[in-house]
Amino acid sequence: MATLTEAPPPLSPTAPEKKPPRRRGRLTPYWLLLPGILWLLVFFALPMIYQASTSVQTGSLEEGYKVTWHFATYWDALSEYWPQFLRSILYAGAATILCLVLGYPLAYLIAFRAGRWRNLIMVLVIAPFFTSFLIRTLAWKTILADGGPVVGALNTLHVLDVTNWLGWTAGDRVLATPLAVVCGLTYNFLPFMILPLYTSLERIDGRLHEAAGDLYAKPVTTFRRVTFPLSMPGVVSGTLLTFIPAAGDYVNAELLGSTDTRMIGNVIQTQFLRILDYPTAAALSFILMAAILLMVTFYIRRSGTEDLV
Amino acid sequence: MTTTDNSGDVRLSGISKTYDNGFTAVHPLDLTVPQGSFFALLGASGCGKTTTLRMIAGLEEPTTGTVHLGDQEVTRLPPYKRPVNTVFQSYALFPHLDIFENVAFGLRRRGIKSVKKQVEDMLELVQLGEQARKKPHQLSGGQQQRVAVARALINTPKVLLLDEPLGALDLKLRRQMQLELKRIQTEVGITFVHVTHDQEEAMTMADTVAVMNAGRVEQLGSPTDLYENPQTTFVANFLGTSNLIEAEVDSKSGGEIVLKAGGGKLVLPEARYAGPTATGGRVLVGVRPEKITLTHADQAGEIPEGRNRITGTIADSSFIGVSTQYVIDSPVCPEFEVYAQNIDRDARLVPGAEVVLHWNPAHTFGLDAAQDIDAGIQEEATV
Amino acid sequence: MALVNWLKRNLVVIAGLITLGYLLLPNVVVTVFSFNKPKGRFNYQWQQFSTDAWKDPCGVVGMCGSLSISLQIAFWATVGATVLGSMIAFALVRYRFRARGTVNSLIFLPMAMPEVVMAASLLTLFLNLGAQLGFWTILIAHIMFCLSFVVVAVKARVMSMDPRLEEAARDLYASPVQTFLRVTLPIAAPGIAAGALLSFALSFDDFIITNFNAGSTVTFPMFVWGSAQRGTPVQINVIGTAMFLVAVLLVLTSMVISNRRNKQKA
Repeated sequence: MATLTEAPPPLSPTAPEKKPPRRRGRLTPYWLLLPGILWLLVFFALPMIYQASTSVQTGSLEEGYKVTWHFATYWDALSEYWPQFLRSILYAGAATILCLVLGYPLAYLIAFRAGRWRNLIMVLVIAPFFTSFLIRTLAWKTILADGGPVVGALNTLHVLDVTNWLGWTAGDRVLATPLAVVCGLTYNFLPFMILPLYTSLERIDGRLHEAAGDLYAKPVTTFRRVTFPLSMPGVVSGTLLTFIPAAGDYVNAELLGSTDTRMIGNVIQTQFLRILDYPTAAALSFILMAAILLMVTFYIRRSGTEDLV
Repeated sequence: MTTTDNSGDVRLSGISKTYDNGFTAVHPLDLTVPQGSFFALLGASGCGKTTTLRMIAGLEEPTTGTVHLGDQEVTRLPPYKRPVNTVFQSYALFPHLDIFENVAFGLRRRGIKSVKKQVEDMLELVQLGEQARKKPHQLSGGQQQRVAVARALINTPKVLLLDEPLGALDLKLRRQMQLELKRIQTEVGITFVHVTHDQEEAMTMADTVAVMNAGRVEQLGSPTDLYENPQTTFVANFLGTSNLIEAEVDSKSGGEIVLKAGGGKLVLPEARYAGPTATGGRVLVGVRPEKITLTHADQAGEIPEGRNRITGTIADSSFIGVSTQYVIDSPVCPEFEVYAQNIDRDARLVPGAEVVLHWNPAHTFGLDAAQDIDAGIQEEATV
Repeated sequence: MALVNWLKRNLVVIAGLITLGYLLLPNVVVTVFSFNKPKGRFNYQWQQFSTDAWKDPCGVVGMCGSLSISLQIAFWATVGATVLGSMIAFALVRYRFRARGTVNSLIFLPMAMPEVVMAASLLTLFLNLGAQLGFWTILIAHIMFCLSFVVVAVKARVMSMDPRLEEAARDLYASPVQTFLRVTLPIAAPGIAAGALLSFALSFDDFIITNFNAGSTVTFPMFVWGSAQRGTPVQINVIGTAMFLVAVLLVLTSMVISNRRNKQKA
């Protein structure tokens, strides 16, 4: 367990870097970096260039593709698939907010209220990872099954009436609706919210709460003025770790949704693997990447947390 | 430890350190630490004392100059090839090894197979025989400190370097460890070079103290010599407290300089001032607070002749137990400090009282007035 | 009033436990349904209790084969990513060099990139190079996306390490190689282990990137995906449950052991 809890979740902000000392052997760092960086250059950066080139090619599978600087592919792809783009952003955004709302109390509980149960709860948060996420996502099919207890309860409580009116569900069904997809996305990426939140909450000195209380802050004020601002690094990395993969996900939309809930990931997957329209697929994937990088950069600037790695 | 053996000498010649960013931590410096001595490098943080130590250890490469251990030049030798060991600040005990393995580390690296006996003896010496199988974090600060010393000493280095070894301990433990270290040093006879910012620690433990300031050695000497005959205002203020009075040379006769300060006259033995003594020249006159006697102004007539005297008003007094510390406002010096032993306390000596301060002229020292009169004051270590 | 107060004070706890329930509910369902005996091809509705699947976990064609492929890929991806990632982490913390910023962004970007983008672009590369899709292309892809996570985990650990420990080792006659093996590596070990564990989990569970670059090779997640279209055998739940239990048990035992060890020593 020690290793797992000690591992900082990815993207979690770290202490400002100390200036590394200079050593004899000036080439050593380059030898250390070489294999890994080469790997990333060849299998991460180079593919991006290939993809960029593919996106402006025309041709067919039979005759082969040529770079013709056919930027119209981008326009065509956008005008045809903008609903899926929009849907991806909306679903991912909704899932991110839900993750924050659901994840914060649990992270807070682990950090400040769990006492000797802390490690156990931590294990329970991480352990589901070891069951393939596809199996767990399929389990939601059972949980949200038509006429099942969950749907029945929602129906009795008239929750479904509200969600139907909002267009989140349809009729007596939850499965194959936006609600099911968002529910699945939230479930899948919740731990990525909880872990960074926990890391930044755990760093907060408990005496700060006492100090705030001593200085006439009510518990709610203490949270709003002290705890939450101090947990901002966790909030930022948590939301990023949730939003980015959720926006590109196609598994939840495929397993829990319907043709009306297709996200941009589904489109890219279909174009690439079934229709074999590589330029369109490449253009779509490029747009997705650019959109996410733009949003992330803007978000990080706004939240003032630039040292994430 | 014979006098002819000089293999434990540390000789620094023209050694200096300038970092890549252009900051010069140590200006060219010559220093010889004789075999078997307990040598302290004393100064405020950032004065270059730790850099000097690290250059002896080989952890820092000097920009210029050479390091000799005895007759061997070690300037370019990596640390693991130098017969020198270090007790690090906050100890740097290996957290993944137990106490036994921490102490055995150096022996094992030098390929010594049977270390058990030696390590056990060493742990006995520092009274940690029982703790051999514990991890460092399970020991108290004082115990960790002893492990750090044992881990270094077991290698019987020519020189032991101590980098603020007592900084992390509380006052009482620090006193105890000071005596302990001193005892060990006398017992093993190894040259100790001790870096500290604590002037009392340096004076208690070391035979010779080098006071460093801004990358240079201000003064070097025995603790008594440094205390009684400070040569710069920095040393005067950094080591203990000094009252410094701005004065002017009036006349000179029979080995004594007579100075004008405020309205009065003060006498300074010529031997205790190295600067120019032309009439009208400016001199800083110093006297330590404990050399001064306070007499209530009503009894001024009872003060013997031939003593330096100054009049003033008590501004503040604090009772310390063994002594009472007075702050006196005087026309010649705004905040004159006086420590009076609590033997026969004069009940009239309360804030507001008019007093005469007087002391034996032999306790007066003179400093070059061209210096900053407050040098070393802010940096003075609180003990 | 007392109840309201109690609720107020424990609101966070209650909300947190609800979230925990939400997180664990699917695992409960997976476990329960591993004892199901479904009527049709799909295992989504409860029919009757049975231990058939537990008695014959490999009774489904191709499933255990895919499991073994996934384990092999996860193992080698872990080894590759951990070695390469740790080297980068050490270089980043312990040395100064040019192009530091570029290196940092090259490590950050794969973590900030939706998987589907990496998957598609990597496939473009493989197609252009005419590479044979299969075990090796999957392994290459997995090492690529695990690498950054190892770097982050190891870097954090090495950064929190007191550089004086290495100086102390050098001072105590350890050569640079000995210093690394005897001091640096053991102290960085928890970070390296965390990175390795994370790599294993990420690689073993990866579907999106694998799906693009697998060719005709079928990993365990791909098998589950395929069965979601064709029919889900109960054995999938058996594997899911077993892995969950093994993980929890391993972690709990290690916790108990380390607790006991600490108590004995203290």
